[in-house]
Amino acid sequence: MEAIRVENLTKKYKDVVAVDNLSLSVRKGELFSLLGVNGAGKTTTIKMLSCLTKSTSGDAFLNGKSICRDSAAVKSIIAVSPQETAVARGLSVGENLELMCGVHGFTKDKTNAKILELTELLGLKAIIKKKAGKLSGGWQRRLSIAMALISEPEILFLDEPTLGLDVLARSDLWDLIRSLKGKVTIILTTHYMEEAETLSDRIAIMKDGKLLICDTAEKIKKIAKTDNFEQAFINIVKGVIK
Amino acid sequence: MRMLTFASRNTKEILRDPLNLFFGLGFPLVLISLLSAIQANIPVELFEIQRLTPGITVFGLSFMTLFSATIIAKDRGSSLLQRLYTTPLTPTDFILGYTLPIIPIAIAQCVICYITAIVLGLSITVNILYAVVFIIPISILYIALGLLCGSVFTDKQVGGICGALLTNLSAWLSGVWFDLDLVGGTFKKISYALPFVRAVNMERAVLLGDFSGIFPHIWWVLGYAVALLILAVLLFLRQMKK
Repeated sequence: MEAIRVENLTKKYKDVVAVDNLSLSVRKGELFSLLGVNGAGKTTTIKMLSCLTKSTSGDAFLNGKSICRDSAAVKSIIAVSPQETAVARGLSVGENLELMCGVHGFTKDKTNAKILELTELLGLKAIIKKKAGKLSGGWQRRLSIAMALISEPEILFLDEPTLGLDVLARSDLWDLIRSLKGKVTIILTTHYMEEAETLSDRIAIMKDGKLLICDTAEKIKKIAKTDNFEQAFINIVKGVIK
Repeated sequence: MRMLTFASRNTKEILRDPLNLFFGLGFPLVLISLLSAIQANIPVELFEIQRLTPGITVFGLSFMTLFSATIIAKDRGSSLLQRLYTTPLTPTDFILGYTLPIIPIAIAQCVICYITAIVLGLSITVNILYAVVFIIPISILYIALGLLCGSVFTDKQVGGICGALLTNLSAWLSGVWFDLDLVGGTFKKISYALPFVRAVNMERAVLLGDFSGIFPHIWWVLGYAVALLILAVLLFLRQMKK
């Protein structure tokens, strides 16, 4: 079943075409990665799909709801963990989670239950009283994802979730993302080839706002005639493989 | 309810910053005490406690501009706002959530200034209560200025523009530190075309119980407050759609 259907989605900023006639679909429960060099249009695509930016033309349907005509309904089923950690730095971990419960209108009981569930799932229990601003980058990312999961989203956008993390923190976060696979549809953008190859069910590679290829890592490597995914990416983006 | 959760978070962020507490509450007290000490040694009419205190309570509000601008600019920079835009919070929730928490802080600052002034010899009259009430529209003016700056500038720019430029402008052009008649000419005309000296004159009239003296200053204050609030809301909505 389709979770996301993108139809000829385009975003123009004056003379620059950030996303050019993008069409693709993502299945329910799938972990779908968007890859591309800087300026490829990954973040703009996520911003349009999460109703943060209006598209210039085209449309996308998230669980059947149009981003152009029904943004309120779309917002009710999605959550975003932006490129930056996007946490309230002066609040504790628990207070950050309470904030998200509050803005979603949860009751006190539901808030307590949700915080308990997510702090256990993401291993945040020991640091629940610590100020978010004092946490390391890895823990802030965990908190960021926990905040995104508060609303029980059907579709979760993770925009470069492991950017700037050390190897161990990245590995921990991969385990966390793996544990979410199947429960929620995840759209992930990343610059790390290994991350996309390891975690994703399917990968879309973009360049200059255009979709170059969309398939599994194995098939992309086969098409690019290499066993190395990074090389496959380079071959495709450089146009060695048509 | 959603708005109150957001407003509560903003209150916590502001009050937990020790620099905010020092500049918001401590600095005006230092000024009243210092200038009163000068007045005790070298009497200057301008620094008599009943003239000085209303001026300091208005000048202290320039820190409210800094608070509101900083928190919005930081939330934009950290992408927390981007995250919150994908929640059910409405534009009204955002505007009120950033504005309302600062009003009680402004009132508290004003009350503390008057308590200090009483200790330093200000006569206790019911007019002090009126002066505190009249500080509310002035505080909205200053908060709106912060909302406007926070919607346009980065947090670093806000530090320079609101922290240095605006506090100095609101000091020089308010008639608190020197009589504007001493400078006269264009400087005086510009000062009276801006709301700062109007706000100080209004507060001075209220404290003296000269309620006819609040005119026409109150119209300038209210006019600027409404205009700045409308402009701030428009600029906030514009950056929200970006």
